[in-house]
Amino acid sequence: MRHDSNLGLHCYIIADIEENVETPLIEFRDVIKRFDEKTILERVNLDIYENQITTIIGKSGSGKSVLLKHIIGLLSPDEGDILFRGQSIHKMKKSEWDGYRSKISYMFQNNALFDSMSVFENIALPLRQTTNLRRKEIEQKVMSRCEQMELADAILQYPSELSGGMQKRVALARALVTDPTIVLFDEPTTGQDPIRKNIILSMIAHYRKQFEFTAILISHDIPDVLFISDRILLLWEGKIAFHGTYEELSHLKHPMIDEFLQSITGLRDELTGLLSKEIFRARYSLMLGIGQSDTALTAIIFSVHFERLSEALGHQAAIEVVKALGEYVHKYFDPIGGFSTRHSREQILTILPRIGAEEAERLMLEMAEGFQSKKLPEIQAAAGKRIGVKASFEISVSAGLTNSSEDDDIELMIDRAEANQKIIARYQ
Amino acid sequence: MMESSTRNISLRTFLDFLGARAMKVIDGLGAFAIFFMLAFLKIFRHKQIREIIQQIYFIGAKSSNIVMLVGLFTGMVLGLQLFYTLAKFGAGGVLGSVVAHTLIRELGPVLTAIMITARAGSAMTAEIGILRISEQIDSLYTMRIDPLRYLISPRIAAAIISFPFLTAFFDLIGIFGGYLTGVLLLGVNDGSYFYRIHAFVDITDIRLGFIKSLIFAVLVATTCCYQGYFTHLRTDSYGAKSVSISTTSAVVISCVMILISDYIVTSLLI
Repeated sequence: MRHDSNLGLHCYIIADIEENVETPLIEFRDVIKRFDEKTILERVNLDIYENQITTIIGKSGSGKSVLLKHIIGLLSPDEGDILFRGQSIHKMKKSEWDGYRSKISYMFQNNALFDSMSVFENIALPLRQTTNLRRKEIEQKVMSRCEQMELADAILQYPSELSGGMQKRVALARALVTDPTIVLFDEPTTGQDPIRKNIILSMIAHYRKQFEFTAILISHDIPDVLFISDRILLLWEGKIAFHGTYEELSHLKHPMIDEFLQSITGLRDELTGLLSKEIFRARYSLMLGIGQSDTALTAIIFSVHFERLSEALGHQAAIEVVKALGEYVHKYFDPIGGFSTRHSREQILTILPRIGAEEAERLMLEMAEGFQSKKLPEIQAAAGKRIGVKASFEISVSAGLTNSSEDDDIELMIDRAEANQKIIARYQ
Repeated sequence: MMESSTRNISLRTFLDFLGARAMKVIDGLGAFAIFFMLAFLKIFRHKQIREIIQQIYFIGAKSSNIVMLVGLFTGMVLGLQLFYTLAKFGAGGVLGSVVAHTLIRELGPVLTAIMITARAGSAMTAEIGILRISEQIDSLYTMRIDPLRYLISPRIAAAIISFPFLTAFFDLIGIFGGYLTGVLLLGVNDGSYFYRIHAFVDITDIRLGFIKSLIFAVLVATTCCYQGYFTHLRTDSYGAKSVSISTTSAVVISCVMILISDYIVTSLLI
């Protein structure tokens, strides 16, 4: 961690020089951008690495979109340089610049789909206009993307006839149809409900893995977006005030970062209704501080087999299982003094104060029984109906439990709980 | 002493204002010319045929009905008005020639251009303006599709192709309109009507009308596309309002430019 003396805010930057020895894919070097008298980017320095999801967070109007538009050349810096694999993009020859541009796709905040074109025409447009592929080849490629994005039934429809989530999928399909190696997402989840937000983010994570591109995201959806991110960049008053992982961000104690996180996150997780991570940590610390934990304290980590579930039943079903699990855990453990948070995209962490391991296990299994018999069949029926699956498939939830003392670090406790995980609810 | 100094200051302010306005106009004309040249050169790039045909259908084919309707009534009014005027001088027999000259050299190109501006030009500005404010033009750029080539060049090409054809339709229907009122209604000899046209209308008249229609095509298409393309740079309005103001500006500027250029071309080629 190093102190950035140039930043008047006295914030701290996690120095990741030691951990990332590879050459960054994209680098910003002292980039300055002004609009009239207003400086939007003030000597921005950042590195973006290949095959990662890098998320840029920051307050509204802090210049995140401006930063993203510099990468694709929609805007040029007033000063400074942007490097792609070590080469300045502003000194590239025309052929190099075209080659660079062909590697990048951009997904706009409002999708920027052509309203007068059908879904098929929208997705085919970059292929028709920038490649020499034959009609048949274009059709095959577009249809293959449509099938992967579950859009095959909508190819003849117009964007205005589609739901917000489907429009996002069309925009994503169009962004991916040229097989880019870098995809820029400008607030892909804006204006979506919590379930839809998480579906879109899961989709991005899923396709990033499937198509192996480098994703650069701008988002306000904390913590949801952070769960899928490999690296996070915090843009604060025109400068990169933090870069590092989500874990590093959560552990960093700094007034500016706390202020930002508090301003952007609510008291509760939007999807599950559980405590936000910050409130959860504060409550945990408070509990230890006033000696409430006594000697008995049990942590349970619940996990949904997210990837498997997404592949079998779609992203929506996976998100709905996480949501239902969160709501069920809250309903069951809250009255007995337990408190929970969404620890990662697919995990829920519950602390049960003054309850020993044996009692906690009994409660956990009792909860799991109810969840398995009441909630899972509902989700499975809805998912089966939605995707038209008749063959058998399985939804399962695992949980791991550990007892702890007040000296235990919360991360150690989570690691132990994770190691003890076993399937507690299953529905076929 | 003080009075003279105040007078000097106000004169300087006035000259500053004039200078700034003049510079703005020159800047605008320069940008307009560059915009046209870039778009024009991109007409000849590959993958343009389909877009140009689509635009010919929109600008040309879909404007033909309204152009012919206006042409018919213009010819009919000309037939009526000119017959009574010419009859006063005992020259009612030359009606066909006067109607044809007026339409081919003047009213045909001008009214056709104004009608296309109202129907297709305004739609061009609004469509491109909406594409601009909804980031669809930026989206084209991010897909490596040159927005000038994809959006502007086909419209300019289609206007250059459509305007002369529509002007010719206008002229023909107008001459027929003159025939309806002059011959069928007012009793001018039909042989005389067409003979005078054949005898007095020559290729220079048709060439003048053709040149005018080409110039108007370039002016109308470029003005309408330019106004839509740079909607986002307007400082007097934003969003949907800027599209509506751009559309109004496009129509007004196009009409004014048609009339000014009409005078210039006529005075040069008459």
